Amino acid sequence: MTRASIWVLAEVVDGTPITTSLELLTHARSLASTVEAVAWGAETAAAAATLGEYGATTVHDVGDLAGALPGVPVAAAIAALVEGGAAPDAILFPATYDGRDVAGRLSARLDLPVLTNVVGLDEEGDALSSTHAIFGGTHNVVARFTGSGPALFVVRAKSFAAEPSGGAPAAVVAAPAPDTGATNAARVVARHVEERSGPKLDEADVVVSGGRGLGEKDAYAMIEELAGLLHGAAGASRAIVDAGWVPYSHQVGQTGKTVKPTVYLACGISGATQHMVGMKNSKNIVAINKDQDAPIFSVADLGIVGDVHKVVPKLIEALKARA
Amino acid sequence: MHAMNVVVCVKQIPDPAAPPALDPGTHTLDRSGKLILDDSDAYGVEMALQLADAAGGGEVTLVSMAPNGEVSGLRTALAMGAAKAILVSDDALAGSDALSTAKVLAAAVRRAEPDLVLAATESTDGYTGTTPVQMAELLGMPSVTFAKKVEIADGTVKVERQTEAGYDEVTCPLPAVVTVTAGVVEPRYPSFKGIMAAKSKPVDTLTVADLGLDPSEVGATGSRQEITSVTEAEARQAGEIVTDEGDGAERIVQFLEQLKVI
Repeated sequence: MTRASIWVLAEVVDGTPITTSLELLTHARSLASTVEAVAWGAETAAAAATLGEYGATTVHDVGDLAGALPGVPVAAAIAALVEGGAAPDAILFPATYDGRDVAGRLSARLDLPVLTNVVGLDEEGDALSSTHAIFGGTHNVVARFTGSGPALFVVRAKSFAAEPSGGAPAAVVAAPAPDTGATNAARVVARHVEERSGPKLDEADVVVSGGRGLGEKDAYAMIEELAGLLHGAAGASRAIVDAGWVPYSHQVGQTGKTVKPTVYLACGISGATQHMVGMKNSKNIVAINKDQDAPIFSVADLGIVGDVHKVVPKLIEALKARA
Repeated sequence: MHAMNVVVCVKQIPDPAAPPALDPGTHTLDRSGKLILDDSDAYGVEMALQLADAAGGGEVTLVSMAPNGEVSGLRTALAMGAAKAILVSDDALAGSDALSTAKVLAAAVRRAEPDLVLAATESTDGYTGTTPVQMAELLGMPSVTFAKKVEIADGTVKVERQTEAGYDEVTCPLPAVVTVTAGVVEPRYPSFKGIMAAKSKPVDTLTVADLGLDPSEVGATGSRQEITSVTEAEARQAGEIVTDEGDGAERIVQFLEQLKVI
């Protein structure tokens, strides 16, 4: 272990750090002797115990953002710490909406390159090397920085396991954002939570997803029914989210959730790269699709070449009969 | 009513339908062939046209960076209705990363003095998804990413921004950078008239020197990163693919039983 320090961007939702941030803290422990977190919002103190439990000794608290989007103020706060001499060897960001914003802003502010879509991070001599899945996950590239300064990595969810180290609560240290003027002018004026029943998509043991092959919006109801019968979560391909059939919160894929359930059931999904990246590491994959040449069959453990409108209702019937 | 000048950052990429290839030397994506407009950018172009229209005037300017003076993708967006384009093309840009690209785009966008800058949330070929925000920081502009709905009123952009749980309503004074998701609007198909008109629309082609950038800040040198290896990912073991003869559902039930999921 040749690195002194790694920082992890800890997104806190309802007083709890998101799982991806805990995954990053866990992995950072194996790469550096000191791991610290950066968080914002009114609930950092509440999250300090969990952040400590996963290895952070300190959490730099940017504080409440008064409705500002995190990108600008959080990046400015981190930049101020780095420029003030506290530079870590690397900073890890979860590949979330806000994580990407903070990483992009910080990269430009510090004039440091950033590597995104990281799925693996290893020691290679004195440096860190990052692994990235490309071409829909058929190939991996390994990259590294050649310059100096903190290495910035944006890491995809579920790239590492989250395991507590039993550490003491992290010390909360205020790290207020410097004034960034008009750049920091975007304000959240209202939040809308799209309610969904059952387990969370990225934590469910079974995920049933629907795609364009469903043909019409109303057919998605059978995906939800099937997911319910399997005590799982209902997901969707980007195609039907873009078409407005289901909310974005259901999207599995590159720009949506990354899932690794015990069973992933893809119904009427062809398997575009965008989608595969988000589900191909599921433990078992079942696919139903009319087109026998659909790429989804290349990752399926069980593939049914058939019509989702016939197979899924029968499956629902069979499961109901067992209940 | 105030005329809206909108810049849309568009990327011209290798046709995603063709098998992608890496340059054997640098391991970066081979962009030497014909390039087309990234599908993801059609949404930003459409949004820009609608916003300029709603404002009662203004121009939509495209900004793009591409090798070999490539304009085919720009012509597609011009045919949709954009007024003109700025293309930055220079051998010194080969191997540029997201930040280098952001530096180039920021310098080009500045020339157009926009009220609003639109971009896709990420490109289809590189999908780093950081370039628009890096560019916004370099321009000193606020940004709102992942917009699924965009409206302009009284010098302010109102956005419905996608979140993990649903969406946020965000307001932001102009000028600003907004990235739009696919599906934010339905892109129009270029008309025959539009395609003909696009051929004579101005494309201002610039070099790195024209933008006043130092070549060492961009391209492979400016990127300060390298790809050390490319390997085939471990393939999943081939599964069992069967044609549904009325027993498809039963097969799935058996499979789920084996896994003790049911």
